[in-house]
Amino acid sequence: MMPFSVQQIDDLKARAGRVRRNIISMLAEAGSGHTAGSLGAADILVALYFNVLKHDAQNPGWPERDRFVLSNGHICPALYAVMAEAGYLSPDELSTLRKLGSRLQGHPHREKLPGLETTSGPLGCGLSQAAGMALAGKMDQKNWRVVCLMSDGEQEEGNTWEAVMFAGKNKLDNLTALIDHNNIQIDGFVEEVMPLEPLKLKYEAFNWNVLETDGHDFKQIISAFETVAQVREKPTVIIAKTIPGKGVSFMENDPRWHGRVPSKEEDERAMEELAGKI
Amino acid sequence: MVFTKKMINAQLSLNSKLFDADIETASVRGGFGEGLIQAGEADQRVVVLCADLKESTRVQAFAEKFPERFVEVGVAEQNMVTIAAGMAAAGKIPFAASYAVFSPGRNWEQIRTTICYNNQPVKIIGSHTGVTVGPDGATHQALEDIALMRVLPNMTVLSPVDAIEARKMAVAVAKYPGPCYVRLPRVDCPVITSEQTPFEIGKAQIYFDGKDATIIATGEMVRTALLAAKELEENKISVRVINVSTIKPLDQQTILQAAEETGAIVTVEDHQAAGGLGSAVAELVSQQFPVPVKILGVEDKFGESGQPGELLQKYNLTGEEIARAVTGVLRLKNK
Repeated sequence: MMPFSVQQIDDLKARAGRVRRNIISMLAEAGSGHTAGSLGAADILVALYFNVLKHDAQNPGWPERDRFVLSNGHICPALYAVMAEAGYLSPDELSTLRKLGSRLQGHPHREKLPGLETTSGPLGCGLSQAAGMALAGKMDQKNWRVVCLMSDGEQEEGNTWEAVMFAGKNKLDNLTALIDHNNIQIDGFVEEVMPLEPLKLKYEAFNWNVLETDGHDFKQIISAFETVAQVREKPTVIIAKTIPGKGVSFMENDPRWHGRVPSKEEDERAMEELAGKI
Repeated sequence: MVFTKKMINAQLSLNSKLFDADIETASVRGGFGEGLIQAGEADQRVVVLCADLKESTRVQAFAEKFPERFVEVGVAEQNMVTIAAGMAAAGKIPFAASYAVFSPGRNWEQIRTTICYNNQPVKIIGSHTGVTVGPDGATHQALEDIALMRVLPNMTVLSPVDAIEARKMAVAVAKYPGPCYVRLPRVDCPVITSEQTPFEIGKAQIYFDGKDATIIATGEMVRTALLAAKELEENKISVRVINVSTIKPLDQQTILQAAEETGAIVTVEDHQAAGGLGSAVAELVSQQFPVPVKILGVEDKFGESGQPGELLQKYNLTGEEIARAVTGVLRLKNK
């Protein structure tokens, strides 16, 4: 992690702006995909790739890299856009999303694109894979860390809680989970579909360290990871409150944007809004 | 009798008591457990995960020998295989052991996405397969595991014939790239092979040669097939017996050669007749060298409580049924 200055925060904001515009273009071009979650997670992913994670786009298999596991694979447009921003692929390739022969599968596939740690999409499987990596890292006395991004909806999966129990038992302090808490899922608002609260207390009861942040505030996200680095003998979860559709007024906080993409006209309006915010 | 001896494949150094009533038996799970220790000694990357069944799956010995490489996940099979996938991604060679009804039964999608599609070298060990599980009843008798694993791209599917082969298989599986599934019966099985018998993943073996028909069997059904072949031979029907311990990828050459040279096939497995070894053989033969095939397995039913022998009788997995099936395919062949 790097210490941050006003300049650095401005740099992260500029990157997030480009990432959001790329997300909108990719999805409009692809004609299907998940818009709200991708926009909502953009800031978190920018913070991870441009401040938190130790990684090398020129050497994706670098053994000492930190491992980033995207559990909720459906928001991969955000990951692909951030990876393009970081140099893992050319921004031109983003327009191939979901097309035949593309390395950018509708849900990420490890073997297609160097830099992806796992194949994902089916919910609830990321945290346990991340825990497995963290345990293997501890066995081999490695210093690299594992960060797993999950959605709030997948907190409803049994597999997630099996992994939560396991990481608590094994005191995986080299594992950090991030919950993109945007309160929407396909069938509506998370708190109506299947209430999660009190989520913080649940994780604490499973012997995790819990931090809460605003998932759009770079300072808060980065500070949270600075705190995490000091925690011993416990895994940490950062519950990051986010706004689904963040940055495009007519998409924000609307569950209908979970699994749809902008029309041509909506694409133009969204791009105008996002351009105005840079 | 002299004729019978001549038909045994001498190159395989099989147990000389192959047809004797007092042939020794041994735990196939135990054999695999011993192999795991050898694999662990040979390669530091080998780790074993278990979901609260380390005694029953016989991974206990590994856990005692290498406690730092044993991971107890509790009763959580979905977690077990996904943690294993993560460990494999970080360079380990994980073996994940439970009962087959739970793994690969309960956690099929996790295996599909995080192990097979992700192409990680996780080895799924499913024990307590077949009706021979016995008194625990249908809930614990995995009859669908071969079918579930066989349809997954990247997956290799294995089923050892006895304890010695199981031991060699554990060592071979640890070195084999990619995901593997190994099914292990609960019952002790006759020791058919010897230390000298070669074992190679992907190779089927002709144990007993014949020219009129072929019986293709796997796991604990191989000995029953051999006894049926001997019985048939005494009635002047010459039958080849093939042990298939790699169900996927199937040894196409050995099976197609049997189709060509003997012209009729019976398959036998302690598994559903649908989707298992018999289906794999029928898929191959029907498309490349069609001959009559009869598939013996459990006919679209669940098992139940009982002694293994009683259950094999009830579900028609006996030497008499195999012999009857052979005469059936011979009738079709000679039509």
